[in-house]
Amino acid sequence: MSETTAKEKQYLFDKPANIKRFFWIFYFVLVLLLVLDLLLPKHAIFPWENWPQFYAAFGFVSFVALVLAAKYVLRPLVMRKEDYYDE
Amino acid sequence: MNSGLPPALVFIGGALVLPFLKGRIQAGFLLLLPVIGFLNLLQLSTGIHGIIAFWDYQLILARVDRLSLLFGYIFHLVAFLGAIYALHVRDDLEQMAGLVYAGSALGVVFAGDLLTLFVFWELLTVSSVFLIWNRRTRESLAAGFRYLLVHVVGGLCLLAGVTLQIHQTGSLAFEYIGLNGLATYLIFFGVGVNCAWPLLHPWLTDAYPEATVTGVIWLSAFTTKTAVYVLARGFPGTEVLIWIGTIMTAFPIFYAVIENDLRRVLAYSLINQVGFMVCGIGIGTPLAINGAISHAFNDILFKALLFMSIGAVLYRTGTTKATDLGGLYKTMPLTCICCIVGAASISAFPLFSGFVSKSMVMEAAALGDLRLIWFILLFASAGVLEHAGIKVPFFAFFSHDSGLRPKEAPWNMSLAMVLTAGLCIFIGSFPGPLYSLLPYPVDYEPYTAAHVIGQLQLLLFAALAFPLLLLSGIYPAEIRRINLDADWFYRRGGRLFYRIMDRALNGLNDRAEQVFSLGLAGWLGRRSRDLPFRLALLLLYPLWLARGLRGEELRKKRLALQQALADGASPLGIGAAVATAFLLLFIILSGLV
Repeated sequence: MSETTAKEKQYLFDKPANIKRFFWIFYFVLVLLLVLDLLLPKHAIFPWENWPQFYAAFGFVSFVALVLAAKYVLRPLVMRKEDYYDE
Repeated sequence: MNSGLPPALVFIGGALVLPFLKGRIQAGFLLLLPVIGFLNLLQLSTGIHGIIAFWDYQLILARVDRLSLLFGYIFHLVAFLGAIYALHVRDDLEQMAGLVYAGSALGVVFAGDLLTLFVFWELLTVSSVFLIWNRRTRESLAAGFRYLLVHVVGGLCLLAGVTLQIHQTGSLAFEYIGLNGLATYLIFFGVGVNCAWPLLHPWLTDAYPEATVTGVIWLSAFTTKTAVYVLARGFPGTEVLIWIGTIMTAFPIFYAVIENDLRRVLAYSLINQVGFMVCGIGIGTPLAINGAISHAFNDILFKALLFMSIGAVLYRTGTTKATDLGGLYKTMPLTCICCIVGAASISAFPLFSGFVSKSMVMEAAALGDLRLIWFILLFASAGVLEHAGIKVPFFAFFSHDSGLRPKEAPWNMSLAMVLTAGLCIFIGSFPGPLYSLLPYPVDYEPYTAAHVIGQLQLLLFAALAFPLLLLSGIYPAEIRRINLDADWFYRRGGRLFYRIMDRALNGLNDRAEQVFSLGLAGWLGRRSRDLPFRLALLLLYPLWLARGLRGEELRKKRLALQQALADGASPLGIGAAVATAFLLLFIILSGLV
């Protein structure tokens, strides 16, 4: 396998430097969003929408909670072998 | 005066012509038909057309207003895109089924009365199942039957509801229905089956991933969206829909996280998106209805795009299992980019189509002060990013290198994807044209600084969690497993029912056979064989007794008689005596009469 990949053409994310570059841009955008949130005016409907960085925090926490719940609660309950219905 | 045909007839008529065409002419015809249909649609003025007298009633094949027109436009558009995507398919059955299916969806949307609605509703089910069966695998055959079974139940509910409704109101009219009384509940439930409400949903996640590569594009567009249309017309502002829709947005995302089959992930994602529409219809304000309808329009496009890109992967690699894919961006870059555009659209990134429609439903929920609903919808929005925004493109095109180096998608698939992706970006960047088609005047501006920043924060910080969870090993590994869902009740439950019926009914059958065919019939047979002997014995026994026969002699007489009757060698005298007795009996009886 390593022989074939050595001969093969290098693709965009085969170079670790490109992955690093991608993440630096990503982090930069995140920081920019945190700053803009403080600077720009808000017109919230609910009071908590005015809390600084509300959406950033909610997005991150939701994602983590979703993944944890799916992995540790739902999966043990519902996961079966692929031939479960074939028996 | 207008000269247009009812839109359904263009497609269904086309389906009848299709088998007589072959090869390139057939392919050209398939592309042309949605265009002809669209031009026909433009000919139809607002109002009621295509009226057919049916006994004392009027059937209306084309009720044209802003709501039905918008669905008409998008159905023609997706039929056209789907036809490009399926241009390489040379299969009369699938193409015909697809055309009838598209025609039925248009039939439902333009139906002006409940009976027409029902007829096209059933045709929708019957034609669509061929798009599943035509995959021609054992799984698709079984899933197709289950699909049919569920929809037949839903269709029967609708029929019962429609019949009751007509009986009660004396009118066929399909206008606002609302929930009052059994008839309306039955209609509501019947529509809910097609809308994939929670617990009624597994037909979708069961069957769509087994459908053909090209058929699923149309499946994802028509069935659920016609149901959304019927809800929007018949049940706007029905409060229970708010909760039904909200649950629909929330529960599938958990399944999507742990699902291995990427087309099934998209099927769960479809339910999640339809949830936003159902919720909007439940809220029922002009803003919410506009949001629901425009989201249906956008969802048809970006969901088609996602199914197209994963379909191209399936077409080239033969699998959609996340465990078997990865690294495909290397040789399928165009498909990969189109998939990412679809992912960004469904996740509602600014400049992509989901952003300009989903936010209307969110805003309507906030303006209605539905706090809990709003939080769940926001949570579900982050969840969309997880499964459709990141998981689908990441596991198919990036992730670990599967070693697969498939060719780029065929030109027609690529063209369909590029056009659809272009539309997603266009609508997201310039929502004006879409807004101008909505049922209510739009007083909503999605591109405010606060909304853009808030949405980007929500999505990108959610996205930040993904690499962290992945690198820390917490993100659940893809496993070759299936996950039980509500279809367990009729797949396993069905088997249990079968077993119970088997035991009970076949047991009854066995017992009946024992008693009647083996026991009773044998007994009767033996008895009838004995009958002459017993009758003769009854007559002769008193005679013998009178003659003073006793004990051993009596037994000998009895045996001799039995032997004689069994051999058919009874003494003449007995025969004559019996005949005389019958004659006497006959004379006495006829004399009495």
